[in-house]
Amino acid sequence: MAAESYPDDLRYHPEHDWARIEDGEATFGITWFAQDSLGELVHFEPPEEGATISAGQSYAEVESVKAVSDVIAPLSGEVLEVNRAVVDAPETVNDEPYGAGWLVRVRLTEPAEADGLLDVEAYKRQLAEE
Amino acid sequence: MQTLLRTPLYDRHLALGARLVPFAGWEMPVQYEGVIPEHRAVRTDAGAFDVSHMGELEVEGPRARELLQSLLSNDLDRIGPGQAQYTLLTNEQGGIVDDLIVYEREPDRFLLIVNASNREPDFEWLRERELPESEVRDVSDDHALIAVQGPRALERLGLPEAPAFTFAGGVIDGIECVVNRTGYTGEEGVELLVDSERAAELWDRVLDRGVAPCGLGARDTLRLEVCYPLHGNEISPETDAISAGLGWVCALDRQFTGVDPLRRIKENGPERRLVAFVMDEGGIPRQGMAIAEGGEVTSGSHSPMLEVGIGLGYVPAELAQPGSELTIDVRGRARRARVVKKPIYSREET
Repeated sequence: MAAESYPDDLRYHPEHDWARIEDGEATFGITWFAQDSLGELVHFEPPEEGATISAGQSYAEVESVKAVSDVIAPLSGEVLEVNRAVVDAPETVNDEPYGAGWLVRVRLTEPAEADGLLDVEAYKRQLAEE
Repeated sequence: MQTLLRTPLYDRHLALGARLVPFAGWEMPVQYEGVIPEHRAVRTDAGAFDVSHMGELEVEGPRARELLQSLLSNDLDRIGPGQAQYTLLTNEQGGIVDDLIVYEREPDRFLLIVNASNREPDFEWLRERELPESEVRDVSDDHALIAVQGPRALERLGLPEAPAFTFAGGVIDGIECVVNRTGYTGEEGVELLVDSERAAELWDRVLDRGVAPCGLGARDTLRLEVCYPLHGNEISPETDAISAGLGWVCALDRQFTGVDPLRRIKENGPERRLVAFVMDEGGIPRQGMAIAEGGEVTSGSHSPMLEVGIGLGYVPAELAQPGSELTIDVRGRARRARVVKKPIYSREET
């Protein structure tokens, strides 16, 4: 399992999701805190490619042995690609939550929503309060 | 807010960095390193579980045997002193008040190890039916119980081989305990009954011998792979032993509480049966999910050994044979599963 970290080039959603935003597209995943709370992931239920997802709404599920958890979209958009490596080996998320363990790539439909996300310092303050 | 009870090993769990959760009124470790590595430790080597939350009831007196024979489904006359038996406490409808293991210490002195959540209901049940020359006592607080399970459990503890479902006094690194050759994992192993005051010391010695600490998470996946029922999931006061596949612990040729309804169900054949199933599509079954063909999932999880979703559930009796196809409603998604022979996992098949 990876060591605790929160990269400073990502934007964060309070439900422990991250977005890496580049040129009207974004990659989504769950944070180190989220994967640590769940434990080793054994199943990833992805959205369909082409599906429309909405900020603040569940777009996928991740499951550990003990529990299932909704994954919340930090931003709205259309799913361009699902990370098949995580479908095949969900524990990739535990090993590399910000790298090989990304979940989906999205074309953003409301890029201005990014202004409502947390930067790394704000997200860390939230974690400290939990 | 309800105060959670703590076992004598609570401080040890904290020191080991366990994740603690409420379970049946107790604050118990659900995992230390992780459910999957702990599960595999038990299947390949040895793991230790704090199961001190379980209840211990003592039944003693010249009519103790007579009392238990009238209340428990199995036949106590099949065992003698030093032997143990899996059995059911049944109600008048043939439902299951609890499943438990009875230990015959002497012909007129028995110990019942019962589920944590049923300790009080069981005690009340027995007390209300006490005979003049039988005495029922709740001695749970005097004891801690440490299960050590796995193919290397006996070797690691330096204990001699002994047949399953026997027990005897033993000493591990100078600490006296009762060594029960019982468990809930499908592996060879023991459950060590020890005085509460010496429990932490025994736990330390067991771990010093290279046994991995394991939480209730692994205990649940281990028992599910080998299809041991969990009271509150597969069995309850509303479910009967025949439908649950527990006819083998019901001596229907004897008189005990609820025997008549059980005989009728056996004769007519149950309408539904408890089956084991494996997912043929992605998704993990969970307790309470509907089975489209009828019935529902009573327990479900991910099998760490088979690396697939597995479960137990009740289905119409005509679908109970291995190979039957089922459809599980996984949060709105229809996912295919297939009935398999119990147990779902056994070492020989891998």
